[in-house]
Amino acid sequence: MKLELNVNGEVRHADVRPAELLLDVLRENFGLTGAKPGCRNGDCGACTVTVDGWPMKSCLMLAVEAAGKAVQTVEGLGGTPEQTAFVEKFAFQCGYCTPGFIMNVHALRRIHPQADEAAVRDWLQSNICRCSGYEEIREAVECVLRSRPPADNEP
Amino acid sequence: MEAIGRSVPKKESFDKVAGSAMYTADRIEPRTLHARLTISPFAHARIAAVDASEARRSPGVRAVLTGDASDVLIGEEIRDRPVIARDRVRYNGEIVAVVVADTEAEAMRAANLIRVRYEPLPVVNDPVEALRPSAPILHEKLAEYQKGEGVVSIPGTNVASIIRVLKGDMDRGWAESETIVENRVSFAPSDHAAMETRSASAEIRPDGHVIIETSTQVPFAVKKFMARYFGIDPGWIVVRTPFVGGGYGGKTAIQLEAVAYLASRAVGGRKVKLVNTREEDMLTSPVRIGLDATVRLGSTRDGKIRAAQIVYRFDGGAYNDKSSDVARAAAADCSGPYGIEHLHCECLTVYTNHTFPAAFRGYGHSELTFAMERAIDALADELKMDPWELRMRNAAVPGDTAPTRDRLTPSNLGDIRTCLNRVRSLAEWDDWQVRQVNEHTVRAKGIACFWKNSSMDTDATSGAILLFNSDGSVNLVTGVVEIGTGTKTVLAQMVAERLRMSVDRVHVKFTVDTLDTPEHWKTVASRGTFLAGRAALKAADDAIRQLKSIAAVVLRADPDDLELAHDKVFVRADPAVQIAVKDICYGYKYPNGNAIGGQIVGRGYYTQRRMNPLNPATGEGTPGPEWNVGAQAVEIEMDTRDCSYRLVKAISVNDAGKVLNPKGALGQVTGAMAMGLSYASREAFYYTDNGTVLNPTLRDFTLLRFGENPEYVVEFIENPCLDAPFGARAMGEHGLIAMPAALASAVSRAAGVRLNRLPLFPETVWRAKNGGIG
Amino acid sequence: MIPFDFDYYRPATVQEAVSLYARLDREGKRPLYWSGGTEIATFARWNRIYTEAVIDLKAVPECRALTVGDREMTFGSALSLSEIHDSGAFPLLGETGGGIADRTSRNKITLGGNVCSRMIYKEAVLPLLLADSDVLVAGASGVRRVPIGRLFDRSMRIGRGEFLVQFVMDAGYRTMPYASVKKRKASAIEYPIVTVAALATGSGIRFAFSGLCDFPFRSAEMERILNRRELPAGERIRQAAARLPAPVIGDIKASAEYRKWVWTITTEDVLKALEPQA
Repeated sequence: MKLELNVNGEVRHADVRPAELLLDVLRENFGLTGAKPGCRNGDCGACTVTVDGWPMKSCLMLAVEAAGKAVQTVEGLGGTPEQTAFVEKFAFQCGYCTPGFIMNVHALRRIHPQADEAAVRDWLQSNICRCSGYEEIREAVECVLRSRPPADNEP
Repeated sequence: MEAIGRSVPKKESFDKVAGSAMYTADRIEPRTLHARLTISPFAHARIAAVDASEARRSPGVRAVLTGDASDVLIGEEIRDRPVIARDRVRYNGEIVAVVVADTEAEAMRAANLIRVRYEPLPVVNDPVEALRPSAPILHEKLAEYQKGEGVVSIPGTNVASIIRVLKGDMDRGWAESETIVENRVSFAPSDHAAMETRSASAEIRPDGHVIIETSTQVPFAVKKFMARYFGIDPGWIVVRTPFVGGGYGGKTAIQLEAVAYLASRAVGGRKVKLVNTREEDMLTSPVRIGLDATVRLGSTRDGKIRAAQIVYRFDGGAYNDKSSDVARAAAADCSGPYGIEHLHCECLTVYTNHTFPAAFRGYGHSELTFAMERAIDALADELKMDPWELRMRNAAVPGDTAPTRDRLTPSNLGDIRTCLNRVRSLAEWDDWQVRQVNEHTVRAKGIACFWKNSSMDTDATSGAILLFNSDGSVNLVTGVVEIGTGTKTVLAQMVAERLRMSVDRVHVKFTVDTLDTPEHWKTVASRGTFLAGRAALKAADDAIRQLKSIAAVVLRADPDDLELAHDKVFVRADPAVQIAVKDICYGYKYPNGNAIGGQIVGRGYYTQRRMNPLNPATGEGTPGPEWNVGAQAVEIEMDTRDCSYRLVKAISVNDAGKVLNPKGALGQVTGAMAMGLSYASREAFYYTDNGTVLNPTLRDFTLLRFGENPEYVVEFIENPCLDAPFGARAMGEHGLIAMPAALASAVSRAAGVRLNRLPLFPETVWRAKNGGIG
Repeated sequence: MIPFDFDYYRPATVQEAVSLYARLDREGKRPLYWSGGTEIATFARWNRIYTEAVIDLKAVPECRALTVGDREMTFGSALSLSEIHDSGAFPLLGETGGGIADRTSRNKITLGGNVCSRMIYKEAVLPLLLADSDVLVAGASGVRRVPIGRLFDRSMRIGRGEFLVQFVMDAGYRTMPYASVKKRKASAIEYPIVTVAALATGSGIRFAFSGLCDFPFRSAEMERILNRRELPAGERIRQAAARLPAPVIGDIKASAEYRKWVWTITTEDVLKALEPQA
């Protein structure tokens, strides 16, 4: 089927099977390989993107379900506070889980800028990092939530 | 300006947070064909028939491969493993057929259409079972297999490898012992669970070049072994490895590369890509080794250990690959960081119907440490002695010998006593070790020590090349794979320090391409900073020598009178006489157009000194360069009703030799601690009685999540290793090693029962407490 | 990656959805209603499910309704568990649903989808059972309203081609004291050993359980026993355990013995929390 998707603010077209998952269309059709397959089972969060601002596991979503919605991938961020914080806090090692974490934190900052510790934990437990002990990620999230109110004009 | 000792962010940082860092499976090309596997649902069965006719007719299918695609046997230590199972499967997940199709979905659809008729065979489900005389023999042709140096098998049994380590006089040791304890531990295999599943692609070019792209820690070993396995001259094999999404030892085995190669061969050399599903990554590709071990310790009444008798029964899985070498590493360091004069270790690696193991972070050391540290705790109980005190009294010191009879020196041995002293203080060990918080809540602490040598080929080598850019900045090329350890940034720091330039102006090449990258033996064993670091420093020195040589001509000075710093070469006694590096790194051009010299290429290499293999009959040898050490502690809080517990605090004091990048080092240690705690508290495969795995997903094989981690307290002491760059000791694995033992110690103390099995699930603890087996 | 192909439909009305199902079923497409779709997407990968047509219910406005009135509150079946949680409309439902999977997955998992899951847990049904919810079920003959007690027996007993539209319950339940406790084997994110949900109404404490047996349930008989305040809590729980509707399950998460023990202490904690202390 012909599919029109709004990805990172751009209108993109793809000819895909309706059974195709958003993750595969982003990667195979658009070359947006920032979303990573880690389990294809909704367990690890490495494929997290945002859809209308909500973090979504792109392995659990049909591409066609995202039609008419705003899909954002890590490639579309372009220098957000969470990206900077992850660098400054050394919040990754191998980097494979990083785009998923960053998309989740990005959504958290915009949806719940005042998130308390319990909410941060609830959200961040959606992603697995196998390299770090999570402490640097916690510091990065804290730094992002503490330092910046959400601005509407930035990505 | 100083680059060493500064928290330089990883050079790949911005690529990684922008999602533009490329991993093997991220290469998307329309011309590539896709492979999918059919894997065995049985742990042990005869393959009676494979019917691929329907799969071959399925749309988009270009080839279907079964066991008869190749009769080559592969494996690093023992060549016992077919690339695709032939006649028989020996583990749940073993590759039975491979489908190559235009798209992954088509390949997957066809793989589902392959009909295999299995005749199940009796299963060997753990190493103890494997050693029973009545056990089914998994490799009847064990005697005929090609084996690596020092591998001693016992044909006619399931013993793939037997190693003995003998030191001192056991009779004397026992005679001098007033107290003897025996403790047995066990744990099942588990998984590396790197977030990036393994993947590989292969193509055979018309000119005969075999191009392999693979998610591996060992591209040069892939080249070497693929050449050996398939009779190809190494020059015709090119292996490329971009960023790797987590290794932890799991990406050291050669498996998918061989599958992809056979698949490419079956489709006329076209490029074929194979990406493991998570389930395949857990079932089909190598796992972490399991162990059943008995440690018997003899001690004087005042806690001086006189004798140790150790038996390891490693779960070597269905094929040997590196399992016997992991076992060898454990045997070589079997005493742990203690000076024990009389020692006897028997180390068996046995075949079972489990997935074969690969290296796992620690390479046998968290395994040996768990066995030894649990025995030490048992001895402390028996002696009614503080477990910290018992460890302190026996800590190895320079002048002692290792189990391999190597003499320990202040350089080749880290400072255990200082680590122990610091952990005692940081853990507030003397204040309390267990205390009741309220009616159902108890807090408890546990401590443990570790040491680890690096297991490596005796001629393991690393090379480095330094190239200059016209702005005077440099490009550093090494064969270290960037698996997340930040090693390439640390190497850049070393080069910057030596060239006295800004680390920002040292560019590094991330992708390893065996065609143009100097070899780095393997990105394993926490050896990157050491081997590649020495090579990079040598390359820097080589470049400095060349820069001075040409500057000497331009400045009309003796090269010995020159210094390099701040991108300039100048006369030491008169810095105003100077020339910029950028003006000489491509040779020097005089105002009249005459030129001298040429582009400067710095080169360096390093091979570890005076290594020799371990004698499997006696344990003598020098299989590793130095023993790095640390002491660790864990504090937990337990609900005594259901024995569920929370990780409160984890402490690690490591002898770092020299901390090169503080935040990087901290991340390596806390990450390793988390992995050790996750492993010890929740990670293991569940096998049915038939040897099949019940939990090959991240849903049922659970890993530590955000917020479940403890508070980390990490301290480094700096007792330099004289051979290492800037004195820095190995760091990548060591935070993990004693965590399982420390956790078991804390949980045992909280539950009031001695626990010797991993993982420490609350139910396991509850059962032990209620009279079952810990 | 889903290896087989299916067609995707996105009806805008209840009627359209029902008719689509009937037609696709007649054509032999083995249609499935798709709400969050997370279970279908993951089961499909391993051929544990098959379909040639999915009917996405998320564009049906009734399925997306969330209203809290003076008398009744309504939750559409295609609301995500996160939407329900964040709305704060019915904290017991929000929190119990909030224990399922992980937060990001719950942005996709829907109330209706969880309640109709093929897995044994279906934890989101517990609050619906406790609040005596009515269920609006759409089918060929229109939408019918059925008390959940008559519809849910181990799983949702709905007919071929029917789907859940809404859950409607008395708004009074939203302010009653409640407890929702999920006990897991070891990890923060995994299926439960046991989930205990309880609601303190004027006429006693209601209990519903998931994970204990191989289906979620609320048992009137067990509730009666658990509310016999003249007996010590431990004794009540022991007696209630004898009235379980099915054997306690043993699996890789917990043995039956341990699971029952965890259920015992969790139920005890819940009683302690919700029962006015004598």
